[in-house]
Amino acid sequence: MSMISDSARSDIENWVDKYPAEEKQSAVMAALRIVQDENSGSLTTELMNEVATLLEMPEIAVYEVATFYSMYELKLVGRHKICVCTNISCMLNNSKAVVDKLEDKLGVKLGETTADGEFTLKEVECLGACVNAPVVQVGENYYEHLNPAINPDKIDQLLAELRGES
Amino acid sequence: MANQVCFRNNHLENSWSLSAYQSNGGYEVLKKILSEKLTPEELIEDIKLSNLRGRGGAGFPTGLKWSFMPRTVDGQKYIVCNSDEGEPGTCKDRDILRYNPHQLIEGMIIAGYCIDASVGYNYIRGEFWEPYARFEAALEEARAAGLLGDDILGSGFNFQLHSHLGAGAYVCGEETALLNSIEGKKGQPRFKPPFPAGFGLYGRPTTINNTESLASIPVILAKGGQWFLEQGLPSAGGEKLFSVSGHVNRPGNYEVPMGMPFSELLEMAGGVRDGHQLKAVIPGGSSTPVVPGEQMMDVNMDYDSIASAGSMLGAGSVIVMDETTCMPRVLTRLAYFYYEESCGQCTPCREGTGWLSRVTQRIEDGVGVAADIELLDSVAGNIEGTTICALGDAAAMPVRSFLKHYRDEFQYHIDHKKCMVESDW
Amino acid sequence: MESSAEQNIVNIEINDISLQVEPGQMLIEVADANGVAIPRFCYHKKLSTSANCRMCLVEVEKAPKMLPACATQVMNGMKVWTKSPKAIAAQKSVMEFLLINHPLDCPVCDQGGECDLQDIAMGYGGDQTRYQERRRIVKDKDYGALVSTEMSRCIHCTRCVRFGEEVGGIAEIGGTGRGDHMEIGTYVQKSLSSELSGNIIDLCPVGALLSKPFLYSARAWELQSYLSIAPHDAVGSNIKIQTRNGKIMRVVPADNEEVNESWISDRDRFSYLGANESRVTSPMVRNSSGNLVETNWQAALDTVIKSFTEIIATDGGSAVGAIASPSSSVEEFYLLQKFMRGLGSNNIDFRLQQQDFSAGAEQSAPKLELSLQEIETQNSIFIIGSDIQREQPLLSHRVRKATLAGAVVSTINPKTIEFNFAISTSVKTDKLTPALAGVAKELLSRGLGGDLNLEQLLTDGAVNIAVEAEHKEIADSLVNGENSMVLLGALAYRDQNQSRIYSLATAISKMSNSSLNIVTEGANALGGVLAGAVPYHSAGKVEVSECGVDVAEMISNPPKGVVLFGVEADKDLAGDDSAIDSLGSGFVVAITPFMDRLTYEHADVVLPLAGFGESSGTFVNAEGRWQSFSGAVKPLGEARPGWKILRVLGSSAELQGFELDSSEQVLNEVKALCDVTADKSEPEISNWSAPTDLGNIEAEMVKPIPLYEVDAVVRRSAPLQEQAKKLTGGVDDV
Repeated sequence: MSMISDSARSDIENWVDKYPAEEKQSAVMAALRIVQDENSGSLTTELMNEVATLLEMPEIAVYEVATFYSMYELKLVGRHKICVCTNISCMLNNSKAVVDKLEDKLGVKLGETTADGEFTLKEVECLGACVNAPVVQVGENYYEHLNPAINPDKIDQLLAELRGES
Repeated sequence: MANQVCFRNNHLENSWSLSAYQSNGGYEVLKKILSEKLTPEELIEDIKLSNLRGRGGAGFPTGLKWSFMPRTVDGQKYIVCNSDEGEPGTCKDRDILRYNPHQLIEGMIIAGYCIDASVGYNYIRGEFWEPYARFEAALEEARAAGLLGDDILGSGFNFQLHSHLGAGAYVCGEETALLNSIEGKKGQPRFKPPFPAGFGLYGRPTTINNTESLASIPVILAKGGQWFLEQGLPSAGGEKLFSVSGHVNRPGNYEVPMGMPFSELLEMAGGVRDGHQLKAVIPGGSSTPVVPGEQMMDVNMDYDSIASAGSMLGAGSVIVMDETTCMPRVLTRLAYFYYEESCGQCTPCREGTGWLSRVTQRIEDGVGVAADIELLDSVAGNIEGTTICALGDAAAMPVRSFLKHYRDEFQYHIDHKKCMVESDW
Repeated sequence: MESSAEQNIVNIEINDISLQVEPGQMLIEVADANGVAIPRFCYHKKLSTSANCRMCLVEVEKAPKMLPACATQVMNGMKVWTKSPKAIAAQKSVMEFLLINHPLDCPVCDQGGECDLQDIAMGYGGDQTRYQERRRIVKDKDYGALVSTEMSRCIHCTRCVRFGEEVGGIAEIGGTGRGDHMEIGTYVQKSLSSELSGNIIDLCPVGALLSKPFLYSARAWELQSYLSIAPHDAVGSNIKIQTRNGKIMRVVPADNEEVNESWISDRDRFSYLGANESRVTSPMVRNSSGNLVETNWQAALDTVIKSFTEIIATDGGSAVGAIASPSSSVEEFYLLQKFMRGLGSNNIDFRLQQQDFSAGAEQSAPKLELSLQEIETQNSIFIIGSDIQREQPLLSHRVRKATLAGAVVSTINPKTIEFNFAISTSVKTDKLTPALAGVAKELLSRGLGGDLNLEQLLTDGAVNIAVEAEHKEIADSLVNGENSMVLLGALAYRDQNQSRIYSLATAISKMSNSSLNIVTEGANALGGVLAGAVPYHSAGKVEVSECGVDVAEMISNPPKGVVLFGVEADKDLAGDDSAIDSLGSGFVVAITPFMDRLTYEHADVVLPLAGFGESSGTFVNAEGRWQSFSGAVKPLGEARPGWKILRVLGSSAELQGFELDSSEQVLNEVKALCDVTADKSEPEISNWSAPTDLGNIEAEMVKPIPLYEVDAVVRRSAPLQEQAKKLTGGVDDV
């Protein structure tokens, strides 16, 4: 019984088509992202094994990829994964206050998930939006200029927005 | 002058759309090349003339790089765009993808034409979902308009272009790690030689260029290499995108002539944030050596001038720090970054970045010892020049430059177990 | 062409010494060949280059950085310094980085004394660490019963990873995570399934991967090494048996590029652990109440001679027979057949699993026409009835190397068999003959039959042979391959229709201009034929006046007196238990290292035979390579080497020609008879002629013998048995 839906499979197939026929493995990063999204934001060994079968590659090669790139999650995460950049430009623009405020509001530390399973707070490296620092990423979106000293309400608004989506 | 190359369309409404791009001359150069059958050789000559130097950080002349491709050898070749923008301080390519994706597409098609590559991939970092979506939409538009795909504009020239999304790994910005990543492997750099021009993606000849470099191509060829050269300096042509971040009033991406005095660029960015003084600048992204503020005020934004100040232009990522900045704290964060992002493949980087991170953290935490300063310098020196890729050097350079210029602050941290300066962040 | 000669030589200098070397080589290869020591961990001559450890950094003129000698190609005019201040500084830096997270547990590490890291650290390491942080702790992995892990010691050289991909043919180990969180392992809990997995123990330059059975049992410097030959397949892998205080402590490979390269199979490495299980350590005779009781050698030998003399006096020499292990030595085979023939019997055989013997002397000996190395250069390989990866692991590795170089492989095999190399055409069938006949018929239809007279067999015979699309593909690949080979394996040899299968394979090889390569059971089947341990000829292929009976006939119609030599009858012989039991109905002399069921229940005399590593001898491998070995330890208890037991039996029976003082003397006698001078038997010309019918075309194929069931020693190795249980999938579970 496959754990990967038909729509995810066809999505993966679209990625496979981008690469030479004998280079299916090239689609592994996309495939892992797709199945992770479908599995509430994290990967399991079973899912990785299915990806290996689908793309005709050794299972260990899938594990290597899944554990190398920081956007794959190998443990359960909350419905919303809030990725806070604390690298230099964000740091200079008070990312510490962003972290403090998020930790305070959510009642969890970096790397933890709220008890209700809504939020995971994660420290990440440079998100590449340095001129809009400090920045966090949630799902497909960036939220910028979050310095609480300058924009005191932005983080509250962000959390309210995310809660509203749930 | 400003905003003449990659940002030339940004003022247009929906600048990312095909219609906006075409309203400002977009795809005209491609049409000309294909209809007049301009030869790759003459196009490459014009790019050489422009002295466009690679915008990803290494500054290697783009025209020369293209000329290395064995274009007359049969078989598949590839053009790959490096949009894996991840060097702390750098965020210019993101805006090209968001606001001017068609110019990149046109540049890649022309690059494919010049190096005889019928397939291209744009490696976009995984976090850049919105820019990826913009780029994908632009690809669709271009394909629908017959500008991309088989038999482009009836010329018989075929070029397929795809995105490849990363998934979180700074090291994939290293070109051979990026190729491995496209191949569905861990993003571990390959040792060179062989170089990608001989053995690249899937073992085929491949050229990898930065987003800004490729997006500059249509403008260079439209206005001529000579024009581009004249926008900048003889040693490096054109306007260049500078990401100015940190303690400035108007952080942002500024496309200005190569060689602009730093002081002018700082002014464009609104100057140091109100009520504060310039302390230090990292001029080219986190890997480049830090330069004290007063020294930086005499420097121009080009390769040679910045080199004379002991640093590098890099990707043009200018990180400005004011007097509230504790330098050990900044270095601790940067050292942690390289430790986090080391791929783990080769010994000096795998082991050395962790060592640097732990020792800087120790100093930052007020438990450093007197010998730690020499230790940091020595460990960084031992990483330099011994690794497979440049990440080792990138980790070492900040350490050595911070110690060179701000040794007293490190000493203070060790002696007093606290920062020398007060900060509000 | 003056320039071409110049192009074949590159002039370089290493440490100011001028060298002329072949182009294309890496610096480290040149340095190794010229005795310049460059420290290294990740580089290994048999694996791809990874250049990741950075230990081999050297100074090269005009290069701004130190360059890794393992990944730097020699260039004309290159000047290299491996011990300049800059090179030494770089090497010392790398050494320091390697050591900061390596535990300082050399005193309790099994690698101690044979550890590359320890050795090189003596030259390049500091005596004090500058690293004050906590050392990395990495959780150990469970790789099964053979390989033990101590992963905190791992230096991430990736030799084991590359071995899996490149040699083992199965990517099981990788590096997961990144940076200094990277861990070498399988990620999920998993026993290693490669039949070559033990080689990663040798490859590991530190004590991260160790032999689990050997763990903490001896220090490397306490061991004495004896060169020997692995006795479980026909490759003849060179091994070192390492002993301490007269006991075998472990087995490791001995490099031989022509035979086993740097590798041995797990079977060869860990079988010694079964060598002393259920051993017979004293001669025994069955007493009047039916029990085996220990006795002395003289009494036991007297009993044998007395009984055999009586049987022969009453029923003639043909009333006795002998069945030997196919892994007996040349010396043993020779003396055993000499003994039997001296008694007037040609009933001798070692082809324990064979069922069809009708080809008889018509059939050439089981031998490869190619050398093992030549297999790598084949473009087309046709495997007939062989689980080759498990039958002959290191021969299979040569096939795999050929496929990596582009060879196409086709097979006719039972469904269950899979390989670690790509197969282009696979006929999966229960019946070998029809498929093989299809291929032969296709070749014949292409006018390739010449004067082989195959028409009666393939087109005009009673059976209509169907030629399928796959048969045509196989014919294509053999005909099109510049170098093509037919490989006939144990399943084909054990088939009920073996003689016709042999004929068809011969016909196919002749029609397609392919070499014919045969491997069967045991370590010395070819030696058995050459030494005359077959019913139809004596040593040196001297035809006998009256052909004796084969092993199947001896089972179904047991001789009144039978010698079982190194045979565990109820496991080694084809046939069901009752058939095997019938062997016990006569007077049974078991010359054996092990007590087994048949011996226990039926043997009248038991003579304790020297076991693994306990005697000298010679094996002829599948190539025809004569490889002699000496004993590494004394035989256990009262056990004696086979050649000595047989010599005494011959003398006691007052037979001629048993006045032999040493095993070398026995060997020389055989060699002279076989006309072997250079320790290599050349391919023989078989007097093959086409049969007129296809025999038992409906014969069902036999099942492969599982990897760790091939002989009595392997079956007794507890770690191998445990590993077999842990592995899922493949034929081991069948």
